[in-house]
Amino acid sequence: MERIPTRMGDGSLVRMTRDEIEAEIRAGTEAGAKRAKVEPLRDDEVAHLVDIFASPARFSAVDIGGEVILTSDGVGSQDAGSRVNDLQTYEQTVCTDTVELYHHDYSFKPIKPVLPFEQETMRQAQFLLTIPCAYGAMPDLGRYTAPDGPVPNWSQLLPLGKIDEARAAQEEAVEYAVEDIVYVAEGMYEAGADGVNLDTAGAAGDADFLAALKAVERIRAKYPDWGIQIGMASEFVLGMHGELEYDGVRLAGLWPAAQMKLAAKAGVSIFGPAVNVNTGKTVAWNVARTCTVVKPCTEAATVPVHLNGGMGVGGVPMHAVPPVDAVSRASRACVDLLKLDGL
Amino acid sequence: MGGLRTAGDLVARMQMTRRMRLPEAKAYVAEKLRVAPEDLSDPVAMADARRGLGLGAIPTEDTATVEDALAIEAKVNIARVLDVPVRSVERLGALTRSRRG
Repeated sequence: MERIPTRMGDGSLVRMTRDEIEAEIRAGTEAGAKRAKVEPLRDDEVAHLVDIFASPARFSAVDIGGEVILTSDGVGSQDAGSRVNDLQTYEQTVCTDTVELYHHDYSFKPIKPVLPFEQETMRQAQFLLTIPCAYGAMPDLGRYTAPDGPVPNWSQLLPLGKIDEARAAQEEAVEYAVEDIVYVAEGMYEAGADGVNLDTAGAAGDADFLAALKAVERIRAKYPDWGIQIGMASEFVLGMHGELEYDGVRLAGLWPAAQMKLAAKAGVSIFGPAVNVNTGKTVAWNVARTCTVVKPCTEAATVPVHLNGGMGVGGVPMHAVPPVDAVSRASRACVDLLKLDGL
Repeated sequence: MGGLRTAGDLVARMQMTRRMRLPEAKAYVAEKLRVAPEDLSDPVAMADARRGLGLGAIPTEDTATVEDALAIEAKVNIARVLDVPVRSVERLGALTRSRRG
């Protein structure tokens, strides 16, 4: 039987038969269903994934007319020309639908002292660009811990059994982070940005996600028609605190559908779920698992959903230069099965 | 979706400002541009549609002339045609308003 070139989650090339690829996809959807406590993919959905991954073509794509919107967590390498040149290149050569200006220290806290410089760059970009240009950074709650930040380090307190102190430190950090995110967002609105992206939300756990939600709530209240995006850090919210709630819902352990509902309630324009890649499994396995975990999210969505698809998330291999055959298959498969609004 | 080559930026603006999901955003833009939704990702169809309404193009000598609205000029037209707020256009209006009493 023909052995078809396909990829592992680390990007390496392997060859499998069609039956082996189907077995990977069935195992992936079963793993996702078991982990997230959701339904596995239907047989017709599995068959569609098999068709996509059993093709030896270099590239795979959605049908004409089925294209979706692309948003980003920062565009450009910042290694050639200026940051505004990066944005122009993505607009005029890559032809992305949106671009995102970013500072290379991609967190709201370090941006605060350089905000006037960032505002001037955004202002110049807005003169020169036609497509929407957002500003992005991470809530990055760990930035607020000792020795560099103002609150005790909960990662040091927890191993000592100082649970109450660790929780109090996280709660204090949330308030600092919310102020910084709102401050930067307000500055970017004044400079002409088309929106703000709170990327990698939840990276430090439930308190990190809470900071993002509380910040979005305040930004939305002030700017009813502005673009606000949350992109998640991982597939479920880690319970570093364990007892934090938003709108009466405990944040620890939430999966994409529940995350989306709270993000929409807070006021996001666009929600970006993230599903982590297992590098020891095939891309086919990872894509099947991703689709299984995210399907309840897109089915229930009241706002656009842009699945995070990049190095190590959304089925895309964990590699600095992910192969286009794998990226295109993962993207197409997720758009087709999940009815995504974007990537 | 193709960005400036198509109508990707316009559909994106409906998601960002009006929180429209993709089918609704595409239908809205298509109606405003008086094209079919399937034309929105066709660079040939969209070149004429964008040029006719002054919605911007890739700024090279092959794709735009001095007659075409580009960048902030195009965004003034995008805000009007799509009936959406574009923050940089609002700023342009505010900062170029007469300041004489």
